[in-house]
Amino acid sequence: MALEFEQPILELESRIRELREYAQEKGVDLSDEIALLEHKLERLQKETFANLSRWQRVQLARAPGRPTTLDIVQHVFEDFIELHGDRAFADDPAIVGGLARFRGRSVVVVGHQKGKTTKENIHRNFGMPHPEGYRKAMRMMDLADRFGFPFVSLVDTPGAYPGVSAEERGQAWVIAQSIQRMGRLRVPAVAVILGEGGSGGALAIAVGNRVLIMENAWYSVISPESCAAILWRDAAQAEQAADALKLTAHDLRELGVVDRVIPEPGGGAHRHPERAMQALAEALAEELAELERLTPEELLEDRYRRFRQMGAVREA
Amino acid sequence: MALDRLFRRRRTRGGGRDVPELWLKCPACEAQIYKKDLEANLMVCPECGYHFRMGVEERVRLLADEGSFEPTTGHVLPEDPLRFRDTEPYAERLARYQEKTGRPDAIYGGTCTVGRVPTMLLAMDYAFAGGSMGSVVGEEIARGAERAAAEGRALVIVAASGGARMQEAALSLMQMAKTTMALDRLWERRLPYVSILTDPTTGGVTASFATLADVILAEPGALIGFAGPRVIKQTIRQDLPEGFQRSEFLLQHGLLDRVVPRSELKATLARILRLLHPEGAQADGA
Repeated sequence: MALEFEQPILELESRIRELREYAQEKGVDLSDEIALLEHKLERLQKETFANLSRWQRVQLARAPGRPTTLDIVQHVFEDFIELHGDRAFADDPAIVGGLARFRGRSVVVVGHQKGKTTKENIHRNFGMPHPEGYRKAMRMMDLADRFGFPFVSLVDTPGAYPGVSAEERGQAWVIAQSIQRMGRLRVPAVAVILGEGGSGGALAIAVGNRVLIMENAWYSVISPESCAAILWRDAAQAEQAADALKLTAHDLRELGVVDRVIPEPGGGAHRHPERAMQALAEALAEELAELERLTPEELLEDRYRRFRQMGAVREA
Repeated sequence: MALDRLFRRRRTRGGGRDVPELWLKCPACEAQIYKKDLEANLMVCPECGYHFRMGVEERVRLLADEGSFEPTTGHVLPEDPLRFRDTEPYAERLARYQEKTGRPDAIYGGTCTVGRVPTMLLAMDYAFAGGSMGSVVGEEIARGAERAAAEGRALVIVAASGGARMQEAALSLMQMAKTTMALDRLWERRLPYVSILTDPTTGGVTASFATLADVILAEPGALIGFAGPRVIKQTIRQDLPEGFQRSEFLLQHGLLDRVVPRSELKATLARILRLLHPEGAQADGA
């Protein structure tokens, strides 16, 4: 399913494909025409992606086909072994985690997990964790600390699940605890916002020494739809809300909320997931190498300082 | 300090826009209550015990030992980093709330003693933008925790908040991490932190510092949770169970230590602080 602003690009692509097939079938030389169209396609793609609105980026961030946590652990990590359960109540499929190797070192990886199909998404609860998910994430943080392995978190959630069962089991409590636990890690912690960074449910596993974000991801205190429903009393004003919230990767870099924007290949990560994952791996490797020079105390202090200075206030 | 003076003047002049109502109707039992009686009864319905919301200055008077309170908040002022605008520009919203409350943002507090234990006491102001946590609230809480740690004080925070402040977007979200991490300064020095949850406490405040206390108390009947009931209802498309997300429900689910009526709040808090921080308690007669 293509996004509206992708349509002209996709149409051009299919015309090129048709021409190629026709040329082959009939044995005629259409290479000039094809080259012209390819040039046009490249320009169109560049123009479209250089001028994306915030709301269009939100749609890209949600596009099925973007790399998910499980794609990433399978493609850019080695020897990933998933570990399950919160040791208390259940295993939450909306958060996955485990041990893996990354460029010669053992790491602990945790991330939100969305599905690629409706059926998978129902199983994964659309990437919206219950308290068990955050308890599992905290277990993984314990594991990283115990063995001195770097902790990598991959964020992609519309938000923590807002339901009766989640409330009964202390959704707010575990999010707070997970923020606290991650803040206390004595090992390098890098968080990467992959797609959606929906509020506290995202932050719970995003208290990194470094916070990276994919170019077309969003991260904010509320989704544009919910923000519009509350402030404009009309969820249809989401486009305006997205602008007001300044929730894109570049906005967040300017606000100092993220440290690094990972560029996505032309057309977006959902169209070239392998290249997007490669870019992510390079960025992650660089950040980890820098952080590994710090002592546990320095890592704690670095993380405290990073979050302590967040915000905009002035003194009377 | 021009702003300080401005706030003070506005406050004493009072709003001419509405004559204070002399009688109030209790939303729980529908009794007509004379406002003076309600105030004398700590804003608790004398008929049924329903807890009305309480102003932050009254809250401080209720909890701090008489004559011990020195305000520390009020010097950190909000900005509008995103130039946020919905149906009204954020800057104008802020000005309106500042005029209404006489304070720069949704938090009030300072140093005091509670049952003779030196304390840093902070109260969130629901009357200011629904007690929402933006950069100022986050900063005051972080400073409060750091000050308590530096001066060997207990930390007490009275929460009343709809959650993070949308108009500061991602920066509000970051206050959740900032406040949470600042609490660790107390851990390191073995100083107590007691959280008092009042009606309502939801969203990013419940999901950060407010639920990370050594002891969590709540007032009776307070709405406390992560998502608001309206959002949950929309998600599950069912009516919510009776008493859902109220203090008593949370106590039953093991999420709170005690539900304490307002009339007993000061005494309970003082007992807990003296037990947790005996070396901090000043001698009798101090």
